[in-house]
Amino acid sequence: MEKFFLGIGIGLCFLVLLCLYRGIFGPTVLNRLAGISAIGTKTLVILLLMGFIYDRVDMFMDISMVYAILNFIGTLAVAKYLETKGEV
Amino acid sequence: MFLKVLSISFILTGFFFFTTATIGLLRFPDFFCRLHATGKGDTLAVLLSLIGLAIYHGFCLASLKIISIAVFYFVAQPTATHAIARAALRCGVKPWAKGEERR
Repeated sequence: MEKFFLGIGIGLCFLVLLCLYRGIFGPTVLNRLAGISAIGTKTLVILLLMGFIYDRVDMFMDISMVYAILNFIGTLAVAKYLETKGEV
Repeated sequence: MFLKVLSISFILTGFFFFTTATIGLLRFPDFFCRLHATGKGDTLAVLLSLIGLAIYHGFCLASLKIISIAVFYFVAQPTATHAIARAALRCGVKPWAKGEERR
């Protein structure tokens, strides 16, 4: 079962690299923000899979929860900033 | 054995939705289309993956916390997507129409 989790984790890392293309070369700031938000989502699942691989679920689960909250707050803060600024 | 097969099928379905969301983020022509792909696909994929992991771990406090992460994400990710889309609309980004070139 560890092999299966490892395979899924490597596949998710490959998808993170694909999302990083949109994060770097995205035409505007908003595209970059969408790409970075997608990367944060995948990182959450990768952290939980790491917990299952190393058999330390109780520790990695809290890190994953904090990562979810920080990703949400960061995205919301940048969106609010761009909205009050009024231009991209 | 049955629970293991169930959790593997949940995680594989979640990985499929992650893949489709990433392809949509890369290939769609406009900012709003990309946001639509990644906003919906990633939410469903996180929900399915975390439910599969919780089933694999069994019934205890840890799996309850995993389910609570899934519920939090199911509320938070649509909110973040809505905030980005509203910021784009207030900044004056025009939605893509058929026949225009990619942006």
